[in-house]
Amino acid sequence: MLTDIEKKEIMEEAGQYPYPAVACIDALKIVQHHRGWVSDDSVKDIAQLLEISNEDVDGVATFYSRIYRKPVGRNVILICDSISCMIMGYESMYEYISLKLGIHFGETTNDGRFTLLPNSCLGDCDHAPAMMVNNDHYNKLTFEKIDELLSNYK
Amino acid sequence: MEKPLTKYITPGSPPPDLKEYSRIGGYASAHKALKEMSPAEITSLVKASNLLGRGGAGFPTGLKWSFVPMGENSPKPKYLICNADEMEPGTFKDRYLMEGNPHQLIEGMIISSYAIQAEKAYIFIRWAYKKAEKELRKALAEAYAAGYLGKNILGSGFDLDIYIHSSAGRYICGEETALFNSLEGKRAIPRTKPPFAAISGLFGKPTIVNNVETLVWIPHIIERGAEWFKNLSMTGAGGTKLYGVSGRVKNPGLWELPLGTTLREVIEEHAGGMLDGYKFRGVIPGGISTDFMLEKHMDVNMDFSNVGAVGSRLGTGTMIILDDKTCPVAFIHNIEKFFALESCGWCTPCREGLAWVEKLLASIEEGTGKMEYLDILKFHTKYLCFGNTFCAHAPGAAEPLQSGLEYFHDDFVQHINGKKCPWRS
Repeated sequence: MLTDIEKKEIMEEAGQYPYPAVACIDALKIVQHHRGWVSDDSVKDIAQLLEISNEDVDGVATFYSRIYRKPVGRNVILICDSISCMIMGYESMYEYISLKLGIHFGETTNDGRFTLLPNSCLGDCDHAPAMMVNNDHYNKLTFEKIDELLSNYK
Repeated sequence: MEKPLTKYITPGSPPPDLKEYSRIGGYASAHKALKEMSPAEITSLVKASNLLGRGGAGFPTGLKWSFVPMGENSPKPKYLICNADEMEPGTFKDRYLMEGNPHQLIEGMIISSYAIQAEKAYIFIRWAYKKAEKELRKALAEAYAAGYLGKNILGSGFDLDIYIHSSAGRYICGEETALFNSLEGKRAIPRTKPPFAAISGLFGKPTIVNNVETLVWIPHIIERGAEWFKNLSMTGAGGTKLYGVSGRVKNPGLWELPLGTTLREVIEEHAGGMLDGYKFRGVIPGGISTDFMLEKHMDVNMDFSNVGAVGSRLGTGTMIILDDKTCPVAFIHNIEKFFALESCGWCTPCREGLAWVEKLLASIEEGTGKMEYLDILKFHTKYLCFGNTFCAHAPGAAEPLQSGLEYFHDDFVQHINGKKCPWRS
């Protein structure tokens, strides 16, 4: 069940469009904002609210890389694996984080603190290698810098 | 040397607010355009300036606008979309412009919307650009409060609302018809063309999509004129360009330089040349969907036509350097993996072809490749072309692959014969 707040936020978005279905991506983002990810039940609830099929909503949800259809940890680490960061050594940064947290790409730590995901270019190419944790950008990564910044996310 | 676009951008400091932007002459062009000029006059001025689209394709902006149906009986509403998706790996120029001077973009959008009589405009911004989005939202609120947006702007009778749509990821959203589908809440899959966007775009209405770096030029062209704009460039192509360099150079970064500045000047002077101990082997000149350029191309003037003449494209003007300690096969594999992952899956050549290209390159890189793979890869560079695919995604992917296969042929052969990557111990 969507909460009243979720419904209200979704319908506010839907109201500015010619028809409610346009708010599908907004709705997925709103639900993800409140719950961290989008479950099968949430897909059905959004479909009902916006008067479209479950399949249409799921088609959209699984298309976009920043909509999570599986639970993620409290903090999501996105490591840029695109070309400029490859040249500047993202692979060793990934290996370091992977070893430190004991997880590979696509996995979440047992305590639910971190999920580790690859990501295409973050637009920080002149300060590569780069990554994001939740909404925060970090660049010119070093092992020391990673130790320090990760300690800020509980 | 004039740097109209970045003159008031100070990295690390907050961007000019409305008060400061107005003090340095901001919104004077909006006043001039909306009060003294007709939409047709603006479009012909932009046409006369020969401003070429800065998103990568280099299409003449004024010409694009002139395709929009005008007059009382034209379809309503019309839309202007600022393409701020900037997901081309190696590209970071629009972020700089939006974070550094958001009002410049908003003013450009107001004038451009007026020129095509669009009453709704969207900034389609990539999700990762949190700071740019925050600055733009702040600037939009200021512009509304000052009467630059909303109803009857500056008493001209012209109405405009600007909305920000933060994307949910996927490179294909930068393709304009895929962007429409995404804004309509659907999967970002390109549409058949024709109909072209200027006739039937977002919600089936006339729509113009321009890149950030294109739109920020409009206030300057209104203020200073077409001749001034043309004279800014090195080669007559018009304007300055934000050039960027990433990779193993001494001073990676972004610089506003006359359009047509040589590759040598950008790399050696502004980027400071290669880091000590590294040699230059090649460069992808404008985001990863462009062909490699080599040492022999160093004196090419980096504008649309001159880069085209040596078999590549200026693209976004943000360059990625291949050095001698980076494996060219791994470099190309990384690029093709990106394209294979980001294929929207709609058309078969792209969905299946790029996946195979990626697999073959992975195999060569791991030392299990065969000589015949090179022919299969080459076949794909010809097969994944306009006419066979629905949009420019796969043809873009083919560009660095085909020039890479040609220029770094010996490196590919070395991987196959040696059964391992010479760059990996």
